[in-house]
Amino acid sequence: MPVNVQVQTKRDNGEHLVLNMGPQHPSTHGVLRVILELDGEIIVKATPVIGHLHRGLEKLAEHMTYNQIIPLVDRMDYCSPLINNLGYVLAVEKLLGISVPERAQMLRVLLCELTRIQSHLIWLGTHALDIGAMSPLLYMFREREDILDMFEEVWGARMHMAYFRVGGLAADVPQSFLRRAAAFLASFPEKVDIYEGLLTKNPIWKQRTQGVGIINAQDAVALGLSGPSLRASGVNWDLRKNMPYSGYDRFEFTVPVGTRGDVYDRYLVRIEEMRQATRICNQVLTAMPGGPIKAQDPKIVPPEKEQVLTTIEGLIHHFKLMVEGFAVPAGEVYVAVESPRGELGYYIRSNGSARPYRLKVRTPSFVNLESLCKMAQGQMIADIVAIIGSIDIVLGEVDR
Amino acid sequence: MNDALRQNFGEKLLDIQEAYGEITIEVRPEDLLDIAARLRDEEVFKFVFLSDLTGIDCENGQFDVVYHLLSMQHQKRLRVKIRINESSAAPSVVSIWPTADWPEREAYDLLGISFDGHPNLKRLLTPDGFVGYPLRKDYPLKGEHPCR
Repeated sequence: MPVNVQVQTKRDNGEHLVLNMGPQHPSTHGVLRVILELDGEIIVKATPVIGHLHRGLEKLAEHMTYNQIIPLVDRMDYCSPLINNLGYVLAVEKLLGISVPERAQMLRVLLCELTRIQSHLIWLGTHALDIGAMSPLLYMFREREDILDMFEEVWGARMHMAYFRVGGLAADVPQSFLRRAAAFLASFPEKVDIYEGLLTKNPIWKQRTQGVGIINAQDAVALGLSGPSLRASGVNWDLRKNMPYSGYDRFEFTVPVGTRGDVYDRYLVRIEEMRQATRICNQVLTAMPGGPIKAQDPKIVPPEKEQVLTTIEGLIHHFKLMVEGFAVPAGEVYVAVESPRGELGYYIRSNGSARPYRLKVRTPSFVNLESLCKMAQGQMIADIVAIIGSIDIVLGEVDR
Repeated sequence: MNDALRQNFGEKLLDIQEAYGEITIEVRPEDLLDIAARLRDEEVFKFVFLSDLTGIDCENGQFDVVYHLLSMQHQKRLRVKIRINESSAAPSVVSIWPTADWPEREAYDLLGISFDGHPNLKRLLTPDGFVGYPLRKDYPLKGEHPCR
C-alpha cells in the first residue's frame, strides 16, 4: 500500500493531470486506489494501488491446522466463499489422497453453482449501479436474498458458510433445502430475462459499455486474465470444462464466449453463465444420490457426535482431531478451480506436519486487476468506473 | 510431457519429478529465462499462460521460486522451480509473461526475493516504510513493529 507514488506528470505533448481515485470511492468495490494520469478527459495511464485490505492471510495459514484454515479462505473472496472452500479442500484432499462420497461431491457442485449465481448477481447489480442504472440492483438483491436464505437453511450462516470439510461436508443438507432450491431454479431463468430486459438492449447501457475497455485475446492471456473476462475476449477456456474437477465432467453446459472483449461482452458472458449455472444445478438435483456425505477415515474426518459420546475410539479421534489436527504427507500440489472471477488456485507445500509449510493462493482478482491499465488506456475518464466494474474484482481477494 | 522435457532440456534439468499427477522440474536460475521462453513458444509445450509465481522460504537463507505454467492448447500444467539464496536474485520473467509483474513484486515485498530485470520492483501490499519480510519463517506472526 505505498502512499507516495511517483507519477510522471509531464510528457512531450504537454502537461498531464494526475487524479487520485479512491481508496474511499463507491465504484471501486472496496478499497482500491487508482492513480489516473489524464490528458484532458482521456486516460493516459491508470495505476492501481493495492494492499489496503492485506491481512497476512498466507502467514496466518502457516500457523493453523488444515481445518482451521477453511473459515479463513472464506474471507478472501467474500462474494463467493464456498468456491474458495472448494478449491482449498480439493487441494488438501489431493495431498491426502482421499476421495469424497458421491453425494458430497454433488452437493458441493450444487452449492458452488448457486454461489456463482449469487456472486454474478451482486456483480451485475453493483456494476449497473456504477454506470447509473439504479433499479437493477433492487431486482438482483431480491434473488440474491433468496439464495442466501437457502444457505442459511443449510448451515446457519449466510455468507461465510465454511461448510465444506476435508473429506466431504460438515453435515447433510435438510430435505427442505433441495425442494426450495428446485423451486428457485425453476423460476430463475425468467428473472434473468427481466434483468436482460432492463439492460441488454437498453441504448444507454449499450453506449456506456460497447467498445469500452477492450482487451484482445493475446494481451488477455499474456496478462494472465482468467474467467469471464478472458472468455469475453474470445478465449474458450473454462476449468470446469477443460480440466474438470469435482465431477463437473458429468454435467452438460456450454461455455459462453465473447468476441470483442469489451465491457458489454463481459456483461453478456456473465449473464449467460447464470443461465448455464442454473442448468448445472438442475442436473445435479435430478441426479442427486443418497448416501454418506463424509469419507470414512477417522484419522481425518471427525466422527459422528453419537460415536464421540458413546465409544472410546470416537472420543479419542474427536479429541485428537480437534486439538492436533491431522498430519498431511510431505509434498506439494497446485489445484485450481473456476471461481466466478477466474482461475482460483491453491498451492500447498506440506512438510508432513499438521500445518501447511506454505499456502499460496492464486486469486483471480489480483491477477485480473493487472489488466486494468491496458483496458483503460485511451478511454474517457468516465469509463474507468465501467471498466473496473466489468473486471469484477473483490478487494478481499486482491489483497488477501 | 516428461520425455519432451528431457529431450529438449537434457542436462539443464537438475531434477524432474511426477507426483500427484503434477510434473515438477527444477532448473538453475541462470538457465531459467532461456527455458521459460522455449516452454512458452515451442509447439510441444505452448505454456503461454503463467498461472502463478511465488516464493517459499526454505530456511537457512535458501528460497525456492516456483512458477506454475498452464498450456491451454495441450491442457497441461507444469511446475518450474529454481533455488536461490538470500544474496542472489532470481531472473525476472516479466519479459516472457507480463502477468509476472505483480506476483514478483509480491514475492519481493513479503519474502525479500529480488528479481533481476523487473521494471518496477517495489513493495506492493505492505504500507510505506514497512521494514522486514513477513512471509519469512523467522518473522514473528504478530509482527516486529506495533501497528500504526
